[in-house]
Amino acid sequence: MTIEKHQHVVNISRGLVFNEGDQSLPGEAIETKTVGQVTVDSPVISARHVNVHYGEKQAIKDVSIDVAKNAVIAFIGPSGCGKSTFLRCLNRMNDTIANAKVSGSIRLDGSDIYDRSQDIVQLRARVGMVFQKPNPFPKSIYENVAYGPKIHGLAGNRADLDEIVQLSLRKAGLWEEVKDRLDNPGTGLSGGQQQRLCIARAIAVDPEVILMDEPCSALDPIATAKVEDLIDELRENYAIVIVTHNMQQAARVSQRTAYFHLGDLIEVGPTEQIFTNPRHRLTEDYITGRFG
Amino acid sequence: MIVVILLLASIAFQWAKHRAISLVGGTRGIRNLHSLPAYYGMYVALWCALPALAVLGVWHLFGDRVVIGMVLAQMPLAFQNLPADQAGLLLNDLRNVVAGAIPMDTVRPEIVAAAHHWQQLNAQSAVAGGLLALSVAIIVGVLALRTVRSDLRARNRVEKMAEWALLASSGIAVLTTVGILASVLYEAIHFFHFVSPIDFLFGTTWSPQMAMRDDQVGSSGAFGAVPLFAGTLLIALIALVVSVPVGLFSAIFLAEYAVRSVRTVIKPLLEILAGIPTVVYGFFAALTVGPLLRDFGVSVGLTVASESALSAGLVMGVMIIPFISSIADDMITAVPQSLRDGAYALGATRSETIRNVVLPAALPGIVGGVLLAASRAIGETMIVVMAAGLSANLTANPFQAVTTVTVQIATLLVGDSEFDSPKTLAAFALGLVLFFATLVLNVIALKVVRKYREQYD
Ligand SMILES: Nc1ncnc2c1ncn2[C@@H]1O[C@H](COP(=O)(O)OP(=O)(O)OP(=O)(O)O)[C@@H](O)[C@H]1O
Ligand SMILES: [Mg+2]
Repeated sequence: MTIEKHQHVVNISRGLVFNEGDQSLPGEAIETKTVGQVTVDSPVISARHVNVHYGEKQAIKDVSIDVAKNAVIAFIGPSGCGKSTFLRCLNRMNDTIANAKVSGSIRLDGSDIYDRSQDIVQLRARVGMVFQKPNPFPKSIYENVAYGPKIHGLAGNRADLDEIVQLSLRKAGLWEEVKDRLDNPGTGLSGGQQQRLCIARAIAVDPEVILMDEPCSALDPIATAKVEDLIDELRENYAIVIVTHNMQQAARVSQRTAYFHLGDLIEVGPTEQIFTNPRHRLTEDYITGRFG
Repeated sequence: MIVVILLLASIAFQWAKHRAISLVGGTRGIRNLHSLPAYYGMYVALWCALPALAVLGVWHLFGDRVVIGMVLAQMPLAFQNLPADQAGLLLNDLRNVVAGAIPMDTVRPEIVAAAHHWQQLNAQSAVAGGLLALSVAIIVGVLALRTVRSDLRARNRVEKMAEWALLASSGIAVLTTVGILASVLYEAIHFFHFVSPIDFLFGTTWSPQMAMRDDQVGSSGAFGAVPLFAGTLLIALIALVVSVPVGLFSAIFLAEYAVRSVRTVIKPLLEILAGIPTVVYGFFAALTVGPLLRDFGVSVGLTVASESALSAGLVMGVMIIPFISSIADDMITAVPQSLRDGAYALGATRSETIRNVVLPAALPGIVGGVLLAASRAIGETMIVVMAAGLSANLTANPFQAVTTVTVQIATLLVGDSEFDSPKTLAAFALGLVLFFATLVLNVIALKVVRKYREQYD
């Protein structure tokens, strides 16, 4: 994977608004420049002009967006539009894909995460991730949660580690259910419990941002409701980016929503405004069900 | 004859097919048939061919004896009342004359007459058998043809027959195993009449040379198999010490690090190792590795026999590397990518991910692979014969010559030997023990592998 540092450095504090009003370019039927406010006052992540190519194929086209502290931002859009791809850029999980090429700049607290000096291990400790399908390690519940703190050396001794494990499981709302069977395998839990275990595992390393890629798509409604409540609570301490296909879920848990379409970021705005009063025709089509 | 029957069967096939079609009034009526026309054809053809072939087979099996009986009955009385062994010789002579191996003019006239008689009977028997088979084919075929009705469940019956045929083939494999086991068991029990199982299993001296005749001053045999088992284990252990790390690490490299182009080159190369004949490994061990080790031993002041457990074990280890690496490779690639992603997302490095997540998840399967390789190592003979020698030393020193169970089996049975001396029978007892040891290893290995395979489904 190669990283092209973008020449252009965006002044984040100015609070830019892209392309309002100017809706038509010659030769293009539909305007794909981002509509709405992509910046926030104190962003924890700010991505600028990000492009992602898989070989020849461009999966993300010039996307710029900020992720705010203590808030949930939802990425929505039809299947294959690049939501997962963009999410994976934010903690460099795309590094594991051989033909993926990322360009542009993504800053975490002001420093470029694709910079050569950036340590990927530390980056991922600060930007955690929860996947679509629960993927607990084939180890005990305790070991699942303790794994992150162990490899990052966060706990000096066993007592510290116990405390981190307990705290993380509590934050993930799983402690009461598993406190008597911490030594049982994590794979033996129910799907919803496994997903909360994965969330506990992610927060055990005390990240600043948690990325969630369709975290509820493998869960039943009750487990989904639990995870949604959990996301709302976690917002107090973390910035959360969630990809979802479930519009109600996006409306329930997020404060801001970003709509992607074929690799373009079409519209960003407060969740309520996106769902009640979308400004771009594509967004409107999508949320009213005329697309995808 | 077989060709004729098959021809008949194919005629029956066409006939039955047409009959089935015409029964329902041409090709348009096929859906009124229970089965497709071809199934009716198949059904009748099978009925036509199988009983006839069976008759032919039985005729061949027993016809010969009947013919011999008749030939002997026709011979002069003097020949009929010979003692058993001479009768056997006579029969052999006759057979050779009939086959033309002995010229007619060198034997006695009675025998020539009998040979002619035999030939004549043989020809008659062949004709009679053929005619019988043919008539069976025709009669049964016609009978079957008459049962063809539109509601005949021909498809189900053909399927049933196919099922039986398949069952019979798998039965052959199972029966062979059972047969081998039974014969080994029988001879082993025979052996234990001479030597008590306790002495055999726990005795520590192995010198199977028995006095062949009562007047011969030979060593009385000692059949303590412990040195053999110890030697087997020692060599297998050395082989595993070599092959487990090498196999495992190359599997990890292939599965996790190698780019596709490297992988497509290295993997087949590794698997070639499994295809080299063991004799080749054997002389590599005996002629290259053995002397090398000995010279090396000399240079560091160790006495290494030129035939040593070490050289056999090392080379055997190389031989079983592909077993371990290919199973471990399968097991590692079977670990879901999502588990790796989970570890990477927590900030684990590649080697941490492999050590802490991938290998533990793949471990049961890898253990299964190692056990399979171990049973292969225990059963290996050729390398040991050539590289580790034949002396049954009870030692844990890998620099000495040792011998193994399989090698002793081979040496005990090679050459002229009587089948009632403990020396030969000991081979069967050893075989029995070996059989159970590898069986247990294999069963455990397969259980472990299977259990692991289900884990992610
Ligand atoms: N590893 C890859 N190699 C090549 N192309 C890829 C790869 N991963 C994704 N793509 C392509 O990139 C585009 C965006 O994929 P992505 O997974 O980001 O979509 P998505 O919005 O997450 O879709 P979904 O809602 O179905 O998860 C798709 O066209 C996809 O085919
Ligand atoms: Mg996706």
